[in-house]
Amino acid sequence: MKILVLMKMVPDIVEELEVAGDGRSLDQEFLRFIVNERDEYALEQALLLKDRLQATVVVAAPDAPEVDDVLFTARAKGADRVVKVTGLPAGAGARATAAALAATLPGIDGVFPADLVLSGCQSIDDLDGFVAPLLATALGLPYLGLVSRVAVDGGAAKAVVSKEYAGGVMGRFEVALPALLGIQGCEKPPRYVPIAKVRAAIGAGGIETVAAKEGPAAAPIEITALAKPQAAGHAEMLQGSAREAAEKVADILAARGLL
Amino acid sequence: MPDPTTSSLLGIPGYVFLWVLALAALTLFALRAYRLVRTLARGRAEARWDRLPRRLWNTVVNVAGQRRMFTNPGIGLAHLVIFWTFLFYAVSFAWNLLRGLFPFLPIPYADEVAWMAFPMEWLTLAAMVAIAGAAVRRYVFTPARLSRSRDATIILLLISLLLVTFLMGQGAKAVAEEGPASWSPVGEVIGGWLGGLSASGAESLFLAMWWLHMTAVLAFLAYLLYSKHLHLLASPFSVFAASLEPGAMPPSSEGAAHLEEFTWRELYNGLACAECGRCDRACPAFASGGVLSPKDLIHKMKLLLLGAAAKRDGKADLIEMVGPAAIWACTTCRACMENCPVFNEHIPLIVEMRRQLMIRGEVSPGVQDMLTGLTRYGNSFGQSPRQRAKWARDLGFDVKDARREPVEYLWFVGDYASFDPRVQEITRAVARVFHRAGLDFGILAEGEQNAGNDVRRLGEEGLFEMLREKNLAALGSSQHRAIVTTDPHTYHALKNEYGLDGRVVHYTEVLEGLIASGRLPVVPDGGARVTYHDPCYLGRYGGIYEPPRRVLGALGLKVTEMPRHGAAAYCCGAGGGRIWMEDAPGGGERPAESRVREAAGLEGVATMVVACPKDLVMFRDALKTTGLEGALAVRDIVELVEDAIGATQRSEA
Amino acid sequence: MAGNVWVVAEQWKGSISDATYEALALGRELAGGLGTRLEAVLAGHGARALAASLGRADGVLYVDHPALADGTGEQAGRALAALAAARMPALVLVPTTNVSWDLLGLLPARLGVPLVNFCREATVSGGAVEFSSLLYGGKMAATLTAGGGTVVVAVLPGTRPAEAGRSDAVPEIEDVTVDFAAGSGVTWLEYEEPEAGDVDITQQDYLVAVGRGISNEANLEVAEDLAAALGGAVCGSRPVIDQGWLPLVRQVGKSGATVKPRLYVAAGISGAPEHVEGMKDAELIVAVNMDPGAPIFSVAHYGIVEDATDVLEALAEAVRKRKG
Repeated sequence: MKILVLMKMVPDIVEELEVAGDGRSLDQEFLRFIVNERDEYALEQALLLKDRLQATVVVAAPDAPEVDDVLFTARAKGADRVVKVTGLPAGAGARATAAALAATLPGIDGVFPADLVLSGCQSIDDLDGFVAPLLATALGLPYLGLVSRVAVDGGAAKAVVSKEYAGGVMGRFEVALPALLGIQGCEKPPRYVPIAKVRAAIGAGGIETVAAKEGPAAAPIEITALAKPQAAGHAEMLQGSAREAAEKVADILAARGLL
Repeated sequence: MPDPTTSSLLGIPGYVFLWVLALAALTLFALRAYRLVRTLARGRAEARWDRLPRRLWNTVVNVAGQRRMFTNPGIGLAHLVIFWTFLFYAVSFAWNLLRGLFPFLPIPYADEVAWMAFPMEWLTLAAMVAIAGAAVRRYVFTPARLSRSRDATIILLLISLLLVTFLMGQGAKAVAEEGPASWSPVGEVIGGWLGGLSASGAESLFLAMWWLHMTAVLAFLAYLLYSKHLHLLASPFSVFAASLEPGAMPPSSEGAAHLEEFTWRELYNGLACAECGRCDRACPAFASGGVLSPKDLIHKMKLLLLGAAAKRDGKADLIEMVGPAAIWACTTCRACMENCPVFNEHIPLIVEMRRQLMIRGEVSPGVQDMLTGLTRYGNSFGQSPRQRAKWARDLGFDVKDARREPVEYLWFVGDYASFDPRVQEITRAVARVFHRAGLDFGILAEGEQNAGNDVRRLGEEGLFEMLREKNLAALGSSQHRAIVTTDPHTYHALKNEYGLDGRVVHYTEVLEGLIASGRLPVVPDGGARVTYHDPCYLGRYGGIYEPPRRVLGALGLKVTEMPRHGAAAYCCGAGGGRIWMEDAPGGGERPAESRVREAAGLEGVATMVVACPKDLVMFRDALKTTGLEGALAVRDIVELVEDAIGATQRSEA
Repeated sequence: MAGNVWVVAEQWKGSISDATYEALALGRELAGGLGTRLEAVLAGHGARALAASLGRADGVLYVDHPALADGTGEQAGRALAALAAARMPALVLVPTTNVSWDLLGLLPARLGVPLVNFCREATVSGGAVEFSSLLYGGKMAATLTAGGGTVVVAVLPGTRPAEAGRSDAVPEIEDVTVDFAAGSGVTWLEYEEPEAGDVDITQQDYLVAVGRGISNEANLEVAEDLAAALGGAVCGSRPVIDQGWLPLVRQVGKSGATVKPRLYVAAGISGAPEHVEGMKDAELIVAVNMDPGAPIFSVAHYGIVEDATDVLEALAEAVRKRKG
């Protein structure tokens, strides 16, 4: 069985984000990129299926800062091939990314047709669409998102998946393969791989590079301004040590008759 | 007295019997020894022959001198006596065997020689007292860590038999008025008791005792390598081959779970162990839930080794035998190794198995998260590295950036001291004190990464190496004369595992120097009583016990020691990565809680002084969970120094 | 002449969701600004009765088809795409909830038009619509415009009060037939209700919510203690559920529950939009976080920048002291 996992890099929000001088984009000076969290769950799901069904896993990601580390880590975790798609413009939105991937992936040897394509169903920088359903539509694959559990039968003809609704309610669906699933979670958190293995993967090399083919042009969304959000309000900050602040809170609660 | 081996029994000369018995016993012994050595040789190589003079000295002090047994002086003395008795008996036996097997050799028997017999008689008496005491202790009072096992019983009976047969033999000779009477005072007394014996009766008694003695020893030799008393032969070598490094990290590896993945020295622990239980008694993880028993760990290693020797189980997995819960429960405090009389090495076993668990991906999510964040951001708090020097803002003075300008002391601050808000206050106090003393110091700020000590103890060797590389690069590009840190874990890594040429010191050493030289003027306080907690990585690992105490003394404070102080200090429970894990199952009292209770129990002491960021955090938390907040305060040593400086300023004003 | 403004009505367990009314409120304003009709789009099977509550719109387009019975995104996406291709609305507002999630992705994909994601504000000026979206976990607000043609808009919960989208007026209902390929390879089987926990957090007056900032599972104890002191329960944000520290039933946020307690203590929670939408309507919100820039502080009434566990512990004590 062949599984394709799509991963991408997004801005790391552990760092303070700043607006660049042009007032419409992110300041790049201290900007770091981290792999999209939901994509990590997609990879984990793929690796679990690989263990259970002896599948092969190919990971593809658009070129971006720090993507090499992510691809080598995927390799160290057990991915069979890792592919970097170069040439996508910086800040390309979801539509351009999906269009380019849809044009490029089928041409990579041994990647298509895949029985199952997994990718995170959301990311923090999806401004003009979601990559997973856009890609599914472009490739003509059925799509289901917010998936947090995937089981595939031995014959790889269909998958039974659980999709998240609200209030802890899940929906079980049957999806005919090949299909593209938008992953939200996984039955286990993404596995840890020791640094020694990642370094060994880096040493062994093996990231395949493929130039992106251009997809059909898409009418862009234009950002006219970027700024730190003006909150409608802001909390009244309580000063002092943890103890002092807690005392103040307790007083407030008492005053409001909440105790 | 007749020569036992030329006298005949049933028409056969004695030496024939001796040959038969000796060959049987020694063959069994040799086969077993060969099998054990072959099994050990299946382990990985490890060099333990370096620095021979030091190793020999260690062996003399700890084997001949039985130094570690003296933590309990009574036991130490008894054991020393039994040991030396045993040594003399061993020499005497070998001598007698040689003479007995080759009767034509022109040498006397050992007990015919005054300078052997005389000390043996007195040692035998002393040994009898010691054995009696040991037996009473084991069988009547039975302390927690001792068992009444079959092995233990056999050896006590056997030793008693040897002692009695020797003395009875001496007594028989005294009756026959043989040998130098003045050199056999005990024999004379026993001879007196046997006064009614005829000459031939004495001869028969002597022969009986001689054969009984020799047979017993030969039987013991055959039995030795199958019993726990194998440690008698194995332990001197384990002392000789002990690790001379303070940190006790196993050589670089992918970890170990099966026999051939461990080094021979790691396997050897199983053979050298006397199952005395001192390690269990000292272990904080054992005390707080019993999931981890260091003694049981070594015992399982012995089972692994013996199982492989018997070819019953070449594929046994020590991780499965011990259980991951026990493996993760260790704080790497080193109390076990500090107390082990045969210098067994428990921590390398734990670390080897942790390395393997890492590779297998069987790590708790909390630890995984922390490691992922650490890999990415260089700190165990998962925060942006740019926040590392945030504590240094608004101090009223600038802290030098050691990457940009040369400094005398490069202050390697450490994660907890930089990021934990409770510890940041202490860090700021240290900065103020250094500044007040006019110390030339600087920090690496964002250039600093976690030193990696606990990462290494968790078994993530690759991450440790990466952190070390980055830190060495940062250190290398800065000009400094010495490195100082407040964190003992950092101290240990930088000093012992980074291969640095320069000086690495703990801030208590610097404070001591500053006070002594007058650069930090302090007004001694009115003699308040405090107690001091020795951090594991400063005390047991680093050997630094006195400087903090001298600082406290210079501040005019009287240090009242807790029962478990110095090398016996009780771990706070945070080391070995445990600060990122949940409490080990078992539900006993947490180590930090036990420790604060110990401190609070001291008469007239209201302050426990610490010199480690993790200790500060663990003990202050423990004060809350034990409800001792009103009874005891936990303060960093630098806070007391600042108080004393403040007093100076007040007295100057 | 601009096309109409559409709002896709979201059904969940047999009724129209609150998020739909919020979108209707926004849609009303935008339709007014653009001078066009506001139409609600209801797709389902045998669900016509639900259209009655959509009176805030000028009209309801009702699409009925057996394949649309279970609301699967693939089928709904095709049906609505076909409808939109025919009718060419200017804006299609879709609530951003788990229920409409797939539609949010598939509808613009099928139409070949952009999606304005994370939209929390939209205004009309000079006949064009200006949107404001929250990016990067709520840390940046982007003001943007989309080119001509249909635009699908993902409306964040809380953009308008649901009340402003409700109306007693009876809407015109137009039954529409749409031609679309009904078989999609995605078949709904059943719902899986969560394991009945001991506690229904949506019924609690006092909630102590924990997030990543409490550092490890052991510190849950401290939160439980405070919850006990207050007479409430512990709940958590998504990362805590992912780690397995709390069961799914305790999750607050997009995939979890929406709660409206009298008191919500958010400890170690950053305040990402997916969580905030589940608790923003709590009467009193007290947030504790080490990061003074955490988005939670925009939603909270009171904020404390200290270690979450320390504050929870001290608060439990302080509460007990006052309760006597």
